[in-house]
Amino acid sequence: MKILVAISKAPDTTSKISFTDGDTKFNEAGVQFIVNPYDEWYALVRALELKEANGGSVTTITVGGADADPIIRKALAIGADNAVRVDATPSDAYFVASQISEYAKDKEYDLVMTGKETIDYNGSQVGGLVAGMLDLPYLPNISKLDVAGTTATAEREIQGGEEVLETQLPLVLSASKGMAEQRIPNMRGIMAARAKKLEVIPAASGEALTEIIDYSLPPAKSAVKLIDPENAADLIELLHSEAKVI
Amino acid sequence: MSVLVLAGTAENKVLKSAFEAVSYGAKIASDAGTDLHVIAFGGASSEDLMGLGTYGANAIFVEKSINNTQPFQMANAMTEIAGKVGATIIVVSYDETGKAVAPIVSAKMKAGLVAGVVDFADVSNGVIVKKSVFSGKAFARVKFNSEVAIIGLTPNSVGAKEMAGSPEVKDANTTMGDARITLKETKKEDLGGQVPLPEAELVVSAGRGLKGPENWGMIEELASILGATTACSRPVSDLDWRPHHEHVGQTGLAIRPNLYIAIGISGAIQHLAGVNASKVIVVINTDPEAPFFKAADYGIVGDAFEVVPKLIEAAKAFKANN
Repeated sequence: MKILVAISKAPDTTSKISFTDGDTKFNEAGVQFIVNPYDEWYALVRALELKEANGGSVTTITVGGADADPIIRKALAIGADNAVRVDATPSDAYFVASQISEYAKDKEYDLVMTGKETIDYNGSQVGGLVAGMLDLPYLPNISKLDVAGTTATAEREIQGGEEVLETQLPLVLSASKGMAEQRIPNMRGIMAARAKKLEVIPAASGEALTEIIDYSLPPAKSAVKLIDPENAADLIELLHSEAKVI
Repeated sequence: MSVLVLAGTAENKVLKSAFEAVSYGAKIASDAGTDLHVIAFGGASSEDLMGLGTYGANAIFVEKSINNTQPFQMANAMTEIAGKVGATIIVVSYDETGKAVAPIVSAKMKAGLVAGVVDFADVSNGVIVKKSVFSGKAFARVKFNSEVAIIGLTPNSVGAKEMAGSPEVKDANTTMGDARITLKETKKEDLGGQVPLPEAELVVSAGRGLKGPENWGMIEELASILGATTACSRPVSDLDWRPHHEHVGQTGLAIRPNLYIAIGISGAIQHLAGVNASKVIVVINTDPEAPFFKAADYGIVGDAFEVVPKLIEAAKAFKANN
């Protein structure tokens, strides 16, 4: 089985978010970057489990500059066989998906996997875009995946339940919680990752269709209004007359 | 030019988020002085679909034969209708169906897609929208550079506003292509008659501070009196104290109800990422240093086992008088 997993660099969940250049750029100073959790814990680890069970290979692909190399090395340390980095600024989801599709189109991957969203731009788009561009079936928001021969069976979370879906490889899917358990790279993995191939390729032609003008932070929350636990009942009245939500 | 809105349905019913999406599209159509078209899939009745008319829909195209499990066919149908009506702005509620379909439409039409939009669009000069970024910790203003703009609207962002309209329900009659995905089974969670979390306006949520699953009776009672839906934090769902579908937070559901009451939840950043867009947040916790108080509008520093019974009594009295 030949699997391609899209890996994105994202700021650690606990990062303080601020902006520079007149609020037009994300301030990366002091921010620790990680592999986007949905790409790592769910898509990559499930890809590795499928490879371990069925043979084959797992390649990761990232669109980004050399600053993405540390998180790509981590994916290699967790167990990916090799990695590709498209050397370009990931300006919007359409551009990123065009690069991934262009790379994947003639390489006969059985599965192209992404996380269900990145925790920075929260677009949930790249998987569906790649499926649209490669004209492959798309399984979105998948919490469980099994493959037997060329048939894939997947569970998709829907409002108030799950659907069990079946389709044929090759396909594209986006992964959510439940697909696999996080793997912590061990020393052997980290050493082995140094010798694995990280191929840097130039960007194919492609364009961004959207552009960020500027950022803003939510208005500061006014201080919490504390209610004495003895008078807890007052809360209900406040929610009605002041907050007007009940 | 015109506006096309995908009206989401599930189990043969128009979703609450569909009324909001249609209302959102109606505002754009009225700002830009153009027509509003709607497309819906599945077996919702004509009466149900006609309800969209009171939110400003003119023509409603229906493709009855397919359901939400076929994002490719839905995208093919939407692309065809968008071309037919000359849509330059497409509005999709960015719920599980929107997330599945809109990116494929974006790829097919080479139309920019901005997902997670939380406010009305500015169409005075091109199309500019405001979206949530960094899991609710910031916003970005985004401009479209494509001929067709697809707006992925976060459910419960702007609400639905009634507007006069005289809808006409038409068969969409599109060429959707072959179904590539087979639905083998649908497993429904027993929601006990509650509104599903993504549609809930009131949510009562509890965490590890409750000490064990046997103590959820009072949470369910408070929720039931208020007409709220119950939710929980990740540890509680991981420990199987509560069903998986109740888990809200970064890896669970992201919700934005009008009221979120968090009981015995400390407010880890991963939890906040899923609930920080709630309009009013109430936190009840024994620890005055719990980070959740910083995100709260109302707080009670106290023991849930003493506070919640008082709230239940007060809620009962309130409901009896209102």
